[in-house]
Amino acid sequence: MADLVIIGGGPAGMSAAIAAYKKGVRDILILERDGALGGILQQCIHNGFGLHKFGQELTGPEYALQYENQIKELGIRYKLNTMVLSITKDKVITATNGEDGIFKLRPKAIILAMGCRERSKGALNIGGTRPAGIYSAGTAQKLVNMEGYMPGKEVVILGSGDIGLIMARRMTLEGAKVKAVCELMPYSGGLARNIEQCLCDFDIPLKLSHTVVEIHGKERVSGVTIAKVDENKKPIIGTEEYIACDTLLLSVGLIPENELSIGASVSIDKITGGAAVDQDRQTDCAGIFACGNVLHVHDLVDFVSDEAEIAGQSAADYISGIKEENIHINVETDGKIRYTVPQKITKKKDVTVYFRVADVYRNVKICVYDGDTLLLAKKKVKVAPGEMESIKLSEDMLANCRKLQFKLEEVNA
Amino acid sequence: MKRELTCIVCPIGCSLVAEIEDGKVVSVSGNTCPRGKAYAETECVAPKRTVTTTVRCIGGRILPVKTDRTIPKEKVFDAMKIINNLHPVLPISAGDIIMKDVFGSNIVAVKNMF
Ligand SMILES: Cc1cc2nc3c(=O)[nH]c(=O)nc-3n(C[C@H](O)[C@H](O)[C@H](O)COP(=O)(O)OP(=O)(O)OC[C@H]3O[C@@H](n4cnc5c(N)ncnc54)[C@H](O)[C@@H]3O)c2cc1C
Ligand code: SF4
Repeated sequence: MADLVIIGGGPAGMSAAIAAYKKGVRDILILERDGALGGILQQCIHNGFGLHKFGQELTGPEYALQYENQIKELGIRYKLNTMVLSITKDKVITATNGEDGIFKLRPKAIILAMGCRERSKGALNIGGTRPAGIYSAGTAQKLVNMEGYMPGKEVVILGSGDIGLIMARRMTLEGAKVKAVCELMPYSGGLARNIEQCLCDFDIPLKLSHTVVEIHGKERVSGVTIAKVDENKKPIIGTEEYIACDTLLLSVGLIPENELSIGASVSIDKITGGAAVDQDRQTDCAGIFACGNVLHVHDLVDFVSDEAEIAGQSAADYISGIKEENIHINVETDGKIRYTVPQKITKKKDVTVYFRVADVYRNVKICVYDGDTLLLAKKKVKVAPGEMESIKLSEDMLANCRKLQFKLEEVNA
Repeated sequence: MKRELTCIVCPIGCSLVAEIEDGKVVSVSGNTCPRGKAYAETECVAPKRTVTTTVRCIGGRILPVKTDRTIPKEKVFDAMKIINNLHPVLPISAGDIIMKDVFGSNIVAVKNMF
């Protein structure tokens, strides 16, 4: 048996386990379906991780190793090659592995840390054929970085999120020719530094407001037709351009992996695709917590670790029966701010609220209201959907608050 | 001469403007921290990059490696050629040097592999 079971042994799961251990929980078990701890970081061999958390630039495997070493030092138990099949509302976990067969666990608390998966190409309606040579960027990353297999020689990438940008550089270094990165939106969803060091360094063109309208080739991709799109993201007739290539990488976004959460009847936020949680990262099923990419997609693993620490500490409090004064504040947004995590606040304490905006906005202020009263305003020269923002609310501000509203307002010059 | 650049030192990615005179950076603006200034100064004169890649070990397993410091940007592809010819023998621990002095940097493993 275990007091606390954590599903997923990526950075979120490991960091939550360590935080719970430090708060006194000893009987912890991590269940990981892969053959190693580390999650997606194992295939992210590029550097750029850990600047916030460790003050140095680490590669993905190095960042994961810092946590794996701690897990081993503390003697926290984990089972690899173990797939969780279901969770129920009353916290019964069914899992399976080669050694134990199918088994059930009923811990006092559960932390969901299953990460996210890539949107599949099925979700995209591109015309033309479906030959071999179409990969999601994450799959290509796994092939190149973990299996040493190059998926192709001449590449077009659809989507300019960080994974697509990182793969543009990776495949170029290994000798491929990346002919273009097409982005449907008028701006890139990736970090500015990745555009600079992954595209500009290698003169790879970034075609904003462009999409792939047709895939060509019988057995193998032989080329794609791209076109410019209008404000409504519809291809503009007459702007088509043919690019010969043998590979198309799709980097069109990530979605939290929440089949298990839904099975446990945890309420899901339609916008984040993850559970709706309070400041403790507790879902509406008591004793079930969530953190990391399963809760909302993060671009920086450092923030994943921070969030997972909150979940781990809160799960420890839950297990030891610590109760605090309850309040109930819903956090609402105005649409320009797409979502917040947490979505509600149930305890009087300092709370950092994370959020993303819907579009690129310049010279704005982020305003937090309680009814008509402005509690806080934070000026920003530029905000973009690709970058997660945060704002810290103090216990005092929340003292008499009933409903929090997050709004994005223009700053008058 | 003015040159606009994006700082790549951290995820914030500040937009920098460097003022260059006689091949030297005389002033930098737009940086939020001193690392941005240092970046602009080298980037405009002698750009440098860290290389992260993999090597195929004897036995076929794929080991991620990196240069433990930055190397001149124009040497990145030469470094890749050298690194792709390395086939180390396992076991290897994270931090082990696979090859010394590749354009002034060591090639080190970033993962334990047994
Ligand atoms: C391709 C890519 C590139 C990235 N690049 C950067 C970067 O440059 N810098 C940066 O800071 N961040 C980067 N990130 C973000 C960062 O890596 C992620 O935010 C972080 O890994 C998320 O951690 P996680 O633990 O939530 O999820 P994951 O790392 O995905 O871990 C989830 C774990 O849960 C396991 N799991 C899932 N379902 C089950 C189940 N049913 N049973 C058992 N186990 C299960 C999975 O096997 C996996 O190991 C990148 C992310 C991706 C996807
Ligand atoms: S100037 Fe400093 S804060 Fe700005 S991107 Fe560079 S390192 Fe980061």
